[in-house]
Amino acid sequence: MTVLLLDDRTEVSRQALTLARQFGEPRSIALDIFQPFAPDALAAAIAQQDPTAVFAAGTERGNEVMARVAARMRLPFAANCIAVTPGDPVIVTRLRWGGSLLEEARLHSPKPLITVAPHSVRPDDGPPPTEIVVDRPDDREFVVQVKEHIQPSDGGVSLAEARVIVSGGRGVGSKEGFAILEELAGLLGAAVGCSRAVTSAGWRPHSDQVGQTGTKVSPEVYIACGISGATQHMAGLKGAKRILAINSDPQAPLMMNADYTVTGDLKEIVPAISAEIRKRR
Amino acid sequence: MRIAVCVKRVPITGGRIVLTDDATAINTQHLGFTISPHEECGVEEAVRLIEANKGESVVFTLGPAEAVEQLRDCMALGIDRAIHLRTYGRDWDGEATAAALAQVIRDDEAVEGRFDLIFFGNESADSGGFQVGVRVAYALGRSCVTGLKKVTLEGASVRCEQEVEAGRDVYMVPLPAVLTVKEGLNLPRYPSVPGRMRARGKPVTMLNPQRPEPRLELVRLAVPPGQGRRAESLGSGAPAAPAVVDVLQQAGLL
Repeated sequence: MTVLLLDDRTEVSRQALTLARQFGEPRSIALDIFQPFAPDALAAAIAQQDPTAVFAAGTERGNEVMARVAARMRLPFAANCIAVTPGDPVIVTRLRWGGSLLEEARLHSPKPLITVAPHSVRPDDGPPPTEIVVDRPDDREFVVQVKEHIQPSDGGVSLAEARVIVSGGRGVGSKEGFAILEELAGLLGAAVGCSRAVTSAGWRPHSDQVGQTGTKVSPEVYIACGISGATQHMAGLKGAKRILAINSDPQAPLMMNADYTVTGDLKEIVPAISAEIRKRR
Repeated sequence: MRIAVCVKRVPITGGRIVLTDDATAINTQHLGFTISPHEECGVEEAVRLIEANKGESVVFTLGPAEAVEQLRDCMALGIDRAIHLRTYGRDWDGEATAAALAQVIRDDEAVEGRFDLIFFGNESADSGGFQVGVRVAYALGRSCVTGLKKVTLEGASVRCEQEVEAGRDVYMVPLPAVLTVKEGLNLPRYPSVPGRMRARGKPVTMLNPQRPEPRLELVRLAVPPGQGRRAESLGSGAPAAPAVVDVLQQAGLL
């Protein structure tokens, strides 16, 4: 009986550990046991243990390795779960649509493979798991392995870590329309973000995109200018502490899901905010 | 060169998701449909690679009769032909989807030759299972690299850039390979009118795979409780600016 935790030593792994304890006393295998990262080798080492259940953080890496474990062991795999009840079947609640929907599902498997969505479970204060010792898999498992790392280019304030984000949607109207958002962002030391409509139009690079298929952000204040608030966008905003929406349409979904709203033309409102900040300094 | 790309028909959900009465699906009565955003970049990459290297691109989907619309959309962008694994209303889990796709890819390769690359989205927009591409790669015995933001052919290998927290990790794997990609890989083109016309004449092969009992079985869906935000209006137009700056000041940002 081996319940395994793929451990990346983050808070999310501790959340996964908390759910894993329902299935037995977990032992762990470190995500970085083979360096550089080699996902097939890791999956081979996990399958080699013939575990009765495997848990991991629902991060890119966690989901990737678990999919490989599932393919190798020919088992079903439930990604991004927020609740798990042991039994036959195992009952899971998992995220769909980047968290915009919850799914209750039955996992019919003698050996459940489960990743746990970030920020979904309160970690317990139980003992840390014992690390297992693994053999190095065959060389062919290392065909897919990181060969090189490229450092991020230094591009001002990072969106994922920004304390303030000034973000624009279709309502900004054009690439040039972002100048007033850039100005306000400069005054606030903020990052500039945008919605998917903006990147699809080619007004901003994809690296500025906030949402389900862009960056997930967690600023103190998110200033949304001319963004309607499709679920695709809202899926990236779940970590935002305060949302300020500026929109000409008071019925826009984002205006309903904000903490503060200003109704009207962002082309007048955004420069007025910049002017007010200058006046108070 | 032969390139495959696998796509999934999903609704354009807009601002608020409404479920069907039995809560097993999204009520799509008033919604349009598309493919997952990551997959749009997979289609674009397949089209570019064939434009540059000649050969054939094929789009695969598993979905209802109406999914032929998404196959036509992909062909309007330049994909040469389509294979449609038709479903009949019931949900297929990731494991069953991958098994059916792997089989039909094998069958196509037996006649037409090996695909050098098979593209998938990193995860679907709706179910987000993070597994179909990886499972197909294992079933076919090919290398798989996931979450890619850049793909470059280098001789008989492919250089893959994967976005990670601090920068990018680079992999180099031999062809044939399965790659799962993310939005941002490229900027997908819009279909042209001649492209749409040509798409009408391109072949779509329809198949009816058997649906196995799902081992990850959807029971019901729910809209999560709201985040409890209650919007406070700070006014309208430029006169609201002082109130906005008050809020920023209270948050300690000035």
